[in-house]
Amino acid sequence: MIQSDSAPAVGELELVDQARQGDTAAFGELVNRYERNIFRLARHITQNEEDAEDVLQETFLKAFANLSQFQGHSKFYTWLVRIAVNESLMKLRRRKSDKLVSLDEPVETEQDAVPREIAAWDENPEQKYGRAEMNAILSKAIDSLSPGFRTVFLLRDVEELSTEETATALDLSIPAVKSRLLRARLQLREKLNRIFRKHGDTPIHL
Amino acid sequence: MGTRQFTCKHLLKELTDYLDGSLEAEVRTQLEAHLAKCPNCWVVADTTKKTIQVFKGMDPYPLPETVKSRLMKALEKRCKEARQS
Repeated sequence: MIQSDSAPAVGELELVDQARQGDTAAFGELVNRYERNIFRLARHITQNEEDAEDVLQETFLKAFANLSQFQGHSKFYTWLVRIAVNESLMKLRRRKSDKLVSLDEPVETEQDAVPREIAAWDENPEQKYGRAEMNAILSKAIDSLSPGFRTVFLLRDVEELSTEETATALDLSIPAVKSRLLRARLQLREKLNRIFRKHGDTPIHL
Repeated sequence: MGTRQFTCKHLLKELTDYLDGSLEAEVRTQLEAHLAKCPNCWVVADTTKKTIQVFKGMDPYPLPETVKSRLMKALEKRCKEARQS
């Protein structure tokens, strides 16, 4: 949320207005601003570099073609994310044609207990790793989540959309976003726990 | 929640709102009182908070130059088509 709050929202709407009037440089500026985020999002949802490239292209071309439909009720970025998520899920479904990919997959309820382990992490555990190494660890962890959890987590905690914006972008209810986010965060915590817990601080299973 | 005992199970229910800073003050106070006396929940809350922080600091993917130029060419083509129609 910090990122989207600090983004110059007025500038964004001005650019959209200019682009609507045929100012291609204004649309180019919108592309510059968001292409890396959209590419990362598409890469993580599709888990495929080539698909992510296609999604990036399709997202901006569709956004450009449908600019007149953008009402300005949401942020332009949220609208763009919605297009990118739909395009990404279509790619994913096509690749996994034998498996139904749905954001509505049921959230398992048996995991209703707090994880039982006492193994603290350092204050800034990521500092032990180089930037590239850290990015690879985090990417791998995200990729291990199921599509439903992955997409909610990416929108909320990586792209920093609000709960409401995420719900709108994914056509999910707010409680559904929150329960998926909790599961995703706990699963990722579990994965990072293996590499981040303090040296010698082995988990105590109660 | 009133004066009801705040347990480890409540932590899971409230953890997401707590970490997002959107928990109402009364529940927040109860949750923090629980964290102060339950080391396990404290570690879970603290490491989940750190998990989120680490992901927020993740770098966007560098865009291959060829992908960028392919996109810009396609956009220019669409613009020309739009002008002609």
